[in-house]
Amino acid sequence: MSQGNFILREPEYEALLSILRKLLVDASAKVAFLVDKNGTLLGSVGDAVGFDTTSLASLAAGNIAATGGLANLIGEKEFSILFHEGERDNMHLSVVAERLILVIVFGRRSSIGLVRLRVRQATARLTAVMATALAASDEEPGGIEELTEADIESLFK
Amino acid sequence: MSFINYSTREINCKIVYYGPGLGGKTTNLQFIYKRMNPESRGKMISLATESERTLFFDFLPLSLGEIRGFKTRFHLYTVPGQVFYDASRRLILRGVDGVVFCADSQLTRVDANEESMENLRANLREQGYDPDRLPLVIQYNKRDLPRIASLAELHALLNRRNVPELEASAVMGAGVFETLKAVIKMVLIDLKRGGRQ
Repeated sequence: MSQGNFILREPEYEALLSILRKLLVDASAKVAFLVDKNGTLLGSVGDAVGFDTTSLASLAAGNIAATGGLANLIGEKEFSILFHEGERDNMHLSVVAERLILVIVFGRRSSIGLVRLRVRQATARLTAVMATALAASDEEPGGIEELTEADIESLFK
Repeated sequence: MSFINYSTREINCKIVYYGPGLGGKTTNLQFIYKRMNPESRGKMISLATESERTLFFDFLPLSLGEIRGFKTRFHLYTVPGQVFYDASRRLILRGVDGVVFCADSQLTRVDANEESMENLRANLREQGYDPDRLPLVIQYNKRDLPRIASLAELHALLNRRNVPELEASAVMGAGVFETLKAVIKMVLIDLKRGGRQ
């Protein structure tokens, strides 16, 4: 895992979104989100209008972190899949490549079995893209070197 | 560990407000939320107990405009201050880019501050961070109250790294934005260097 900043470039970002789009169709889901374990949204596909995606990312990460804490208490490394069942919609969360969280929202048009199957298939592809992204990120100097004191000050004006 | 998305031209940084229970961490975020332009702030989430003490975390996303063509997004979190919520605190420190240590200036809370600072350092180490290098700002909160420790005393107890320190009264809003600005500056300077580890 990269020890500096995580830098995601366009080819890998587009590849991740493309996998999400296919997953959305294959799983007959409503929305798919990819979230960093630190709580940052990487991308979403589907009808995300009406969702507070920033909050969703933060709470999904909190949810995975908390259940990871529970897992440790019983001697497990982590619980890699979570499922929340609602009256109308359901949510499936799974850990991808140890550092991302894949969130799928689906309704009655789909089923937990189908979602699990499609997520498993997509996870292998997402993991491969993340390996490329992390390798590229490790080779980068990792920062924005041209950033000046004046740039930083300009944020507060 | 900041997350930079070159495709969407976004920089995301995580800032955690740490400190003893009832020291004013949530109050800092509430004041920022109230005073920020609604276009710059997201929804504030508080996962609190019925008595409004933070159970897991508070979360406030802020967008502060562009820098070198990158949109800057800062995710502010608080940790639960009470001693027994240590597991939650460790989880929230994951991926942190900068910390605000919110100290309670009241004389009766001197020990609690020291204990919390030690706890911060231990938890940072456990998450693989060097507690002597992570961007840190110390806020001496509750300066408006009677029976408070002097700045020199607090400095000697808590600020061995000699990091930026600010006086505040989060309830009144004094020093809140100055603290936020100080930590954001440190985080961005760190980002320029390409991460601290």
